[in-house]
Amino acid sequence: MTGNGKKAIEVCGLAKRFGEVQAVAGVDFGVVQGELFGFLGPNGAGKTTTINMLIGLARPDAGTIRIADIDCSKNPKAAQHLMGVVPDESNLYPELTGFDNLCFCGALYGMGRHERETKTRELLNRFGLAEAAGRKFAGYSRGMKRKLTIAAGIIHAPAILFLDEPTTGIDVASARQIRQLIADLNAGGTTVFLTTHYIEEAERLCRRIAFIVKGRIVRTDTVENLMRQTDGRHVVQFAVSGNAAGLCADIVAEFPKLQCSVVAEGSLRVESPEPVRVGPLVRFLEDRGAEVSEARKVRPSLEEVFVKVTGIEAVAMKQEREKAKAGGGA
Amino acid sequence: MKAWIAFWNILAKDMRSYYLKPPNISWGLIFPLAWTGMFFIRSGSGLDSIPTLLPGVMAVSVLFGTTSLLAVTVTFEKKGRSFERLLLAPIPLEILMLAKTAGAILFGVANAFVPVILAAFLVDLSGINWAILIPAVALIAVSSTFLGLFIAVSVSEVFEAQTFSNFFRFPMLFLCGLFFPLERLPLLLRPLSYVLPLTYGADILHASVNRAGRMPLALDFALLAAFCALLFAFSLRNVRRKWIL
Repeated sequence: MTGNGKKAIEVCGLAKRFGEVQAVAGVDFGVVQGELFGFLGPNGAGKTTTINMLIGLARPDAGTIRIADIDCSKNPKAAQHLMGVVPDESNLYPELTGFDNLCFCGALYGMGRHERETKTRELLNRFGLAEAAGRKFAGYSRGMKRKLTIAAGIIHAPAILFLDEPTTGIDVASARQIRQLIADLNAGGTTVFLTTHYIEEAERLCRRIAFIVKGRIVRTDTVENLMRQTDGRHVVQFAVSGNAAGLCADIVAEFPKLQCSVVAEGSLRVESPEPVRVGPLVRFLEDRGAEVSEARKVRPSLEEVFVKVTGIEAVAMKQEREKAKAGGGA
Repeated sequence: MKAWIAFWNILAKDMRSYYLKPPNISWGLIFPLAWTGMFFIRSGSGLDSIPTLLPGVMAVSVLFGTTSLLAVTVTFEKKGRSFERLLLAPIPLEILMLAKTAGAILFGVANAFVPVILAAFLVDLSGINWAILIPAVALIAVSSTFLGLFIAVSVSEVFEAQTFSNFFRFPMLFLCGLFFPLERLPLLLRPLSYVLPLTYGADILHASVNRAGRMPLALDFALLAAFCALLFAFSLRNVRRKWIL
């Protein structure tokens, strides 16, 4: 959902360096009021540094940031009353109960006792946490922690919500619930700035997406436009034994209309503007001594576009997800 | 924006989460008791020595009470990233840091009066000039808290804060005229005494309890207030430079 076309966030030439590392290198983008904007990139691409500069936890070396027309480049506190922030790690107080945590967060935004207690009860019900309201945050599950952290980010009804990896490291059911909550918030008029490395999450939720790699935005467009790149493409992925790179080269030599790439060890990706005939390919591979254990058609997705635009292999993204699931999260 | 709501709730949360916890209350009671007992026995001159020892014990109680807990309320919260939540609140950094230190100041003041209450049962304290002593205790608590804050925001680990604060606290026991007059210090060490805020606080306490101050009271108060302002300003500068990267 988008509002009146006014800019909620406007970023121009944003740059940040940490020692030798240029974390963000001249980033430009704008987010329209009421938009759900995705900010995608692999780990270390500059997503969190960018979000930290937008919310006032980091100072840009160069560039301008305007939040709802307020210049935040020099005074990062100026627009904080308009923002809600859900960091990549749940950072509520472990010793406080769920209820007390939300009330405390409301108080930080100047909400009076009655107002914040009413809003806290409402949010606990909405997020399915009413029964756990009296329990200490330390005893919550990861999914519950994540939900309460999102509730803490919206208790003061911010116009703009920054969500940094909201579903990383939590179970599927909680992630689905959180995605629905994000969609509902956006439908209610909240501008959402979402950073994630779950491409399918961005595809499902966002209207527009920016891809950031090595501190630079390589593409910003609507999901619709991005997906057009995959129109008419046919992709089949093969699980094979043997030298995948050699087999790939053989396929291209034998079938010049096909494009082939190695997406992981023992995994080939064959792409064509025409439907791919699997039988001859399997026979061709088996003739070369390879054992084909799987051949599956891959649905064109934003991930395909991401791989094309950023040059980052899907396998790298997958490894990052697994790493995040194992170590990161709430 | 009602900043006072945020201020009050940060203070109330810290009081509940840290200062009113049984280990800290017992620390606040036992520590001054132990100091009083130790110096009382060491002096060997009976109950008469209590008024002489009282200013030093009060100052030490405030110093240790305030500086110990800031490593937790500030450094620990920064390490656990919950401090980021405070930095994101739309309140000026000055108010935020005052709210984070207000609990320690109150805790320090409360600590200071533990030995006073004990002494009241043993000796006549009617000679104390309360009009000087109370603001002096408050100012010592503020300066010690801001010293603790300065240390807490200069490091990133809780253990570093504890170690770094001991580097300041223990020399202050001997250099600030708490239990030994400055005149008895070696000449080379004396300049150090005058760059430590507690020297001026202890001097006011000696003046209010025993009429034994060595410097003009106005100068003591002015220098102590100046130390408070400087330490707070340096702490804010460190937060802006090191925590808002």
